Amino acid sequence: MPRTTLNKLLPGECGTIEQVDSKTSSIKQRLLEMGLTRGTAIEIIRFAPMGDPIEISVRGYRLSLRRIEAESVIVLRGSKK
Amino acid sequence: MNLAKTETHLRHIAIIGNPNAGKTTLFNALTGMRQKVGNYPGVTVEKKEGRIIFEDGTEAVLLDLPGTYSLTANSPDEKVATDILLGRIDHTPLPELVVCVVDASNLERNLYLISQIIDNHLPIVIALNMIDVAEKEGLVIDIMKLSEELGVTIVPTVGSKGTGIDELKEAIAKPVEPSRKSRQWRLPEPVQRECDELKGMLQQMHHLAEPLAFHEAIVLLTSTAALAEHNDRYAPELIDHVKRDHKQLELLGIDRNSVVVESRYEWIKRVCNSAILTNRRSANTTSDKIDQVLTHRFWGFVIFIVLMGVMFQAIFSWANLPMQMIGGAIGWIDTQIVRFMAPGDLRDLIVNGAIAGVGAVVTFLPQILFLFLFIGFLEDTGYMARAAFIMDRMMSKVGLHGKSFIPLLSSFACAIPGIMATRTIESRKDRLVTMLVSPLVSCSARLPVYALMIAAFIPQKHLLGIFSLPGLTLVAMYLLGLSAALTMAWLFKKTLLRSETPAFIMELPPYKMPSLKSVVLHMWERSVLFLKRAGTIILGVSIILWFLATYPKADHGSPSERLDLSFAGRAGHLIEPLIKPLGFDWKIGIGLIGSVLQREVFVSTMGTIYNIRDAKQESGIMSLQEHLRRDIDPVSGLPVFTTLTAICLMVYYVLAMQCMSTVAVMRRETNGWKWPIFQIVYMTVLAYSVTFVVYRAGLLLTV
Repeated sequence: MPRTTLNKLLPGECGTIEQVDSKTSSIKQRLLEMGLTRGTAIEIIRFAPMGDPIEISVRGYRLSLRRIEAESVIVLRGSKK
Repeated sequence: MNLAKTETHLRHIAIIGNPNAGKTTLFNALTGMRQKVGNYPGVTVEKKEGRIIFEDGTEAVLLDLPGTYSLTANSPDEKVATDILLGRIDHTPLPELVVCVVDASNLERNLYLISQIIDNHLPIVIALNMIDVAEKEGLVIDIMKLSEELGVTIVPTVGSKGTGIDELKEAIAKPVEPSRKSRQWRLPEPVQRECDELKGMLQQMHHLAEPLAFHEAIVLLTSTAALAEHNDRYAPELIDHVKRDHKQLELLGIDRNSVVVESRYEWIKRVCNSAILTNRRSANTTSDKIDQVLTHRFWGFVIFIVLMGVMFQAIFSWANLPMQMIGGAIGWIDTQIVRFMAPGDLRDLIVNGAIAGVGAVVTFLPQILFLFLFIGFLEDTGYMARAAFIMDRMMSKVGLHGKSFIPLLSSFACAIPGIMATRTIESRKDRLVTMLVSPLVSCSARLPVYALMIAAFIPQKHLLGIFSLPGLTLVAMYLLGLSAALTMAWLFKKTLLRSETPAFIMELPPYKMPSLKSVVLHMWERSVLFLKRAGTIILGVSIILWFLATYPKADHGSPSERLDLSFAGRAGHLIEPLIKPLGFDWKIGIGLIGSVLQREVFVSTMGTIYNIRDAKQESGIMSLQEHLRRDIDPVSGLPVFTTLTAICLMVYYVLAMQCMSTVAVMRRETNGWKWPIFQIVYMTVLAYSVTFVVYRAGLLLTV
């Protein structure tokens, strides 16, 4: 399965979290605690009207994050659904 | 009375939960109106406490802990919650029982916090809230099974409908044992071993209680930043040991940051798998359908702008009537005092000092109520998060967070609710930047000054047939304030409060019907806070200003001559050389000094100076405009006020602080005088320099 980062996915696309690789440890911690741990399935729901931030579905709820933060989330494209 | 004695014997219960889990609604349902809001000592985190009265008449204190996703202590809010649950703060006793509010429709992420709380060995009861939403979404939870897995009592509730409140009360009426099955989750073997070892060391060397030792062991093992912070708290050999552990785990290829969170979530997944019976969630919920419109590329903006428009309409027009009524009531009190009190200094102090000052604050109450009503409504429905989602791109351009948008917007009504609304911003620096620039946005107290100057000096001409010059001037002043706020925010973020553009990691909760009770209660709380904060300091300052404008007392002469001779008048003359470069004379100087308290006081001070207090009865402000236009400088023979002076004065008012209530609130919110003083200084310098440039440029153009 192709490895990519979360910001590269388009609305409607799904993926599985590989790793959160943020340089800032507080951001990494927060992303993990919000449920973006290895093996978690995610789906891109939509982009904000100005293209940033993005909205994703994870663990049954909706989370928004900026592209710059999404860039540090490594995902496997596709998989579920 | 042995009130103090019974107070100490009351049980202390805390309530905690993720944001959007419905914690506030449950707190309100459990306590009714028996609550009080304050601050934790030393930090700007809000402390909310209430009383629960049980069936048998006994009472308990219910402490509303800040809504939080975890106990890792990223923000001040989380730190307070963590410290209280670990019994680390002196001023707040360790709760005997913790009510954990869990959103049933969002079980996995909500259980993350619960697993951290269970680790602390505190007795807990779970309120499984919004169980109706979960069921509607096709999620069936086996509550018995979940209760068994977690080892705690679980009460299903629907806070918004009041379902399950009695059962919840019953469950917490008696003392509860800590979870029988604590720390079910395990770390991978090498990490678990190090963690246990470190915990032992902390217990032995620093005599920490077991839960605290466990918490600290995990923090030290996972976070390099925490290790640096704790360097002096723990023995050097312990720190060395941790550093060795870090190296060792690195060699094993273990990501220290992720491993704890992952282990917890793995356990949570197992719990959920056994407790969730069916999960037939449809992909397209009602919330999704609403969001397809509200965060739509085009319609999202249109609706957003319409909503904001309605909000301002409410603040500026609908609030007018109650404002006039309050103004009328204050006037009535004035006349009653004048009628029944003998003339003299005391009467003058009460009428022109105390009532005038406090009255000015109270008059703004309707606007503030409307603003809080709207904010509460937007928050309660879940739209606020969408507003931040839509506006974040724009705010990030000046280095701020989408959440900074609402405080700036609120500041169009009044900077005080704006500054109070910054509490939702997690990063301290970003919160500070937002607070520093909020008063630059033109608030409603500036409107009387703009109105007077525009009516008197901006000709009623039309540009291109549709845009009236006075209207355009007004819009220009608002735009000037907004762009100044954004520019200064950008500048502060680049220099003084330099930090990365804050992370934007925000939950978008499902939309829900707002609860009228919550919204009204929220509005009430905020407004009382506003009155308390602004009212007290205003009373003091207005008495001082009254003194300065009254003494030393001249026995005769018109009010304007008396004002001229007073301390304030002398100060006006004194600062004239300073404000001359801006095109202002001493009379404007008195106006500026008088309106240090509240901007709109400028209008009434000008009224006094131009002696219209006695004459204005029927024509009111009109005659003041005439006076201003006709005033001739005795030395130069030129008019004191020109269109340019009026514009300069407005520009000065756009940018200068001139509001003691804001200063008072800044002091409260930042816990000290440093930032409010900095704010006064930078805004005065900014106002002075910009006005100077405008005046000079204007002179060049008109010559």
